[in-house]
Amino acid sequence: MKALTSTIAAAILATLPLAAVAETPQRGGTLSWAIIAEPPTYDCHATGTFAVMQRVAPHYSTLMKFEPGNYPNIVGDLAASWDVSPDSLTYTFKLHPNVKFHDGTVLTSADLKATYDRIINPPDGIVSNRQASFTKVASVEAPDPLTVVFKMKEVDASMMTNFASPWNCVYSAARLKQDPNFPAKNIMGTGPFKFVEHVAGSHWTGERFADYFRKGRPYLDGFRSVTMTSAARVNALAGGQIDAEFRGFSPTERDRIVRALGKDANVLQESWLLHMIITFNTERKPFDDPRVRKALSLALDRWGGSTSLSKISLLGAPGGLVRPGSEWSASPKDMEKWPGYGRDMAANRAEAKRLLKEAGQENLTLTLMDRNIAPYVTAGIFAIDQWRQIGVKVEHKQVELASWYALQNSGDFEVFVDSFTQFSDDPSNVLYKYASHDRSPVAVHRAIDRELDQLFAEQARTADKAKRLELIRKFENRAMEQAYSVPLLWWQRIVVMNDRVKGWTMSPTHMIYQDLGDVWLAGSR
Amino acid sequence: MATAAQPAVASDAAVPGVRRLHPILAFIRYQPLGAAGLFVILVMGAAAILADVIAPYDPEAIDFVAMLTAPSWEHPFGTDAFGRDILTRIIYGARTALTIGFVSSFTGCSLGAVIGVTSAYFGGRVDLAIQRFIDVLLSYPIIVLALVVVAVLGHRPIGGIDVNLIAAIAIPIVPRVARVVRSSALAIREMPYVDAARAGGYSDRHIIFRHMLPNVLAPYLIMLTAYVAQAILLEASLSFLGLGVSEPKPAWGLMLSGDSANFYQEAPWMILFPGAAISLAVFSFNLFGDSLRDWLDPKFKT
Amino acid sequence: MLRYIAKRIFLMVPTLLGVAVLTFFMLRVVPGDIVEIKLRGDGGTVTQEVIERERERLGLNKPVVVQFGDWMKGLVTLDFGTSMWTGRAVIDEIGVRIGLTLQVAVMAAVISVLIALPLGTISALFRDTWIDYGVRIVTIAGLAVPSFWLGMLMIMGLLTFFAWSPPVTYTPFTEDPIANMSQLIWPALAVGYRYSAVVARMVRSSIIEVMKEDYIRTARAKGVYERLVVGRHAMRNALLPAITVVGLEFAFLIGGLVVTEQVFNLNGIGRLFVEAVGRNDFIIVQTLVLLIAVMFTVVNLVIDLLYGVLDPRIRYA
Repeated sequence: MKALTSTIAAAILATLPLAAVAETPQRGGTLSWAIIAEPPTYDCHATGTFAVMQRVAPHYSTLMKFEPGNYPNIVGDLAASWDVSPDSLTYTFKLHPNVKFHDGTVLTSADLKATYDRIINPPDGIVSNRQASFTKVASVEAPDPLTVVFKMKEVDASMMTNFASPWNCVYSAARLKQDPNFPAKNIMGTGPFKFVEHVAGSHWTGERFADYFRKGRPYLDGFRSVTMTSAARVNALAGGQIDAEFRGFSPTERDRIVRALGKDANVLQESWLLHMIITFNTERKPFDDPRVRKALSLALDRWGGSTSLSKISLLGAPGGLVRPGSEWSASPKDMEKWPGYGRDMAANRAEAKRLLKEAGQENLTLTLMDRNIAPYVTAGIFAIDQWRQIGVKVEHKQVELASWYALQNSGDFEVFVDSFTQFSDDPSNVLYKYASHDRSPVAVHRAIDRELDQLFAEQARTADKAKRLELIRKFENRAMEQAYSVPLLWWQRIVVMNDRVKGWTMSPTHMIYQDLGDVWLAGSR
Repeated sequence: MATAAQPAVASDAAVPGVRRLHPILAFIRYQPLGAAGLFVILVMGAAAILADVIAPYDPEAIDFVAMLTAPSWEHPFGTDAFGRDILTRIIYGARTALTIGFVSSFTGCSLGAVIGVTSAYFGGRVDLAIQRFIDVLLSYPIIVLALVVVAVLGHRPIGGIDVNLIAAIAIPIVPRVARVVRSSALAIREMPYVDAARAGGYSDRHIIFRHMLPNVLAPYLIMLTAYVAQAILLEASLSFLGLGVSEPKPAWGLMLSGDSANFYQEAPWMILFPGAAISLAVFSFNLFGDSLRDWLDPKFKT
Repeated sequence: MLRYIAKRIFLMVPTLLGVAVLTFFMLRVVPGDIVEIKLRGDGGTVTQEVIERERERLGLNKPVVVQFGDWMKGLVTLDFGTSMWTGRAVIDEIGVRIGLTLQVAVMAAVISVLIALPLGTISALFRDTWIDYGVRIVTIAGLAVPSFWLGMLMIMGLLTFFAWSPPVTYTPFTEDPIANMSQLIWPALAVGYRYSAVVARMVRSSIIEVMKEDYIRTARAKGVYERLVVGRHAMRNALLPAITVVGLEFAFLIGGLVVTEQVFNLNGIGRLFVEAVGRNDFIIVQTLVLLIAVMFTVVNLVIDLLYGVLDPRIRYA
């Protein structure tokens, strides 16, 4: 075990300086990577699952994107240059000339307009998942073939992030005109790879697009993403049958692969923009009582749990409502002031017991609803054990994903293991989860708290970063004190790939940097 | 029970010497494999009942200090990723497996027997309707039907036992038992004493429950034993798929599910012992069930 | 004969209709539906309005009876509908996967007979001796060991001792028989071993039965070497019940693959079934259940007919 840990540490350390040294990229080869879920559609506007994103990203371009190797800095993708008016109400983008679609047609601002109109005002029968992010847009205009202008109704501090969202794949206006639902079953974009085939449940392949607008890219001849179960991808990577997997492995899976691949394993680790949440149903007794919620939050040993659980599961560091380590995060010192984040667990538990007694709930029994997969189960087992230590008895009710969604929306639960993920750390995107139930459909704690809504709206229109940070801290403190929903632990993202895969960028989300345009394979098979 | 088993045992009298031995000794003498199976079942049953006394640890308590420790004097079967003692969880797992196994097999077989006898007794349209419905249920492979029922009912733990899970395991047993019991009962229906009872003005209910059901006891008992094994296996499969027993409750199939396979190099004991426990339990019930069948009625085939 | 077949096929219709009705209406009381998983994935954001729109599009808002009518109408015209998850035709979804499942099932059936015939025969010949006990223990153990655990042990063993794991992607047998076999032989072994127990038991009892019969006694009286007797006469007769059991268990064998396919990452209909149940893709689930029921009833019929061919004493009314 010890020897292993040091090998892994060595592997991780080894990759850091290597990544910094620029190697000359090689052309050719087919990258084969694993993915654990089947895509429900090909249309990235219509879904939020990585099963679609990771497969379609190599085929499409977006207006803006996160700069590879420099997250969360935003740069242009199709946009060659851009300009934001001083009042932050007009965004003007100049497009790269001569960008070609896979069918040979040339991309113009009309395609951008058609794409964004489809996202903002989807025609009948079209599902747009990102509509909410663009409610403040007044109009999209295409004054000339290479210029796109967005006019805003009011200031939205998150606008650039929204433009860089990987979910806003740019489609061909001509194709959309023929059939607005074209992208749901076809792939036709301007990305570095052309679509070849998708065999349901088996694989998805793409080949190099020779007319890709970035010269010399992509390096690969093609890619092949293979659908497999979570356990199989470990064996496949360890056995050299695939080169990579981009979602993430658990620490034990990482260890198995590193042990098998030895020097050929490249391990990349970072905190993940995904966190476990304990959500209370504030409409149910006794969880309408803030003392009960606070007591249950106090009883969770987040620091201790993190140390141990991070060795066996995807669960990682304790954090607030925004990702720990991100530019918006509270410092650990600030965190320690929140209930359940103090380092003295004996005191926390004593206080929790006192609060329960005060609320008349010394013999509290509750049902914890949970999903039936790791690491949700891990989080559930941990929380149950923690609550047991303050005398709370818990019945664990594990359900399938569909029921998990159905139960949380109908409010038919007492407490449940919740989670939340986004494609970026942008505060408006992530704090949304903790706003009032009537303002935010994902705030399933069912509480209305206008003070939180007020703070949320204010930070959303505050362009000044320092001021925005201050508002976020206030929001966080209030949310933690009220404890409608409280973070348990943030996840850790552990990506392991064969060392011959180069040029791929690690980030805190598995939704970005997946166009594979800069990825290349060292040596030949 | 004694009266019902009599005719069956009497037909076994061809084996010389059976009558001279005490029935239990005779069973051990002539069905050594079955006796061995029974012995293991009894040991497991005792462990399940006395789990609170004999298990060295609390099955649900997390102990991060003892994470993934190899088998030792303190933890004879090692510990899992949460530092929970595997031996303890296997002992408590016996409680889960046997409870769910017995209760679902008993429910399924009893319901099946009543339906089978009713169907045979009434005959005609009632029989036809019931048989068609049984045909429908028999067209589902056991695990497929169980999975659908689990999806429909979800989980409802009452006093620590998931009644819906028991229903999901019991329902696929019903048609299988009903079919077999019906054919035995058809023969019994033609017996003079059933006619006599009917002539004597007894109600249908009385005849079914007092005269017919006791006479299908032999196939019932054989199937009860056989389906306990099936039920344990089915529960393990469902739990393995994450659709059976919920963590942190100890259950053998559950101990193999999720990412436990990933620990196979660091902690192979996490996989070896629970799987061995399932196999041993099912094996014992099968051995015992087989021998019971030979013992009660050599011609009887499920 | 033809009349008999026609009658049997006619009788299948109400049974299959019953399966369809039961499955359909059971699924419709499952809590929750596919829409949110589809739109939100693992915890994204989506508005209620969008969810409703998708529900509308998938026809989930229609009255259940109407939905059932649509399905039935489709079935009559052999249109099985489209997967609610991928939007592709159900027939395609099943089509790409069923080959693998059938191949594993057939291989498992063959393996089970290959194991069961010699074991069952030996067991019968040495009835009630320690050899018989030993063989019975081995075969009953086959029934007791969960095939998913056996599968896990196989993968663990291969990785530990040979540092090799079976390929995770499917290659059709016609393309590359070696790659195909090196992937599928393991699940076939795990499942086949299990079914060999059932078959061996059948072989054993039918050989015991057959050996009591006159012509064997005659053959033995003539002084023919005993093993030859068994080989020539008993085995051929024992084959019949063995085939029956294999046939009867075949549909269940496919059921058994439901769990095993998870362990070996096989892209077959068993895994499709579990995944579809997990994400409430009702259309896929109901079609698969119906398909399995059809296979089961058809196999039953074929077995009955085969019986007639193999054993001329059986006549059909």
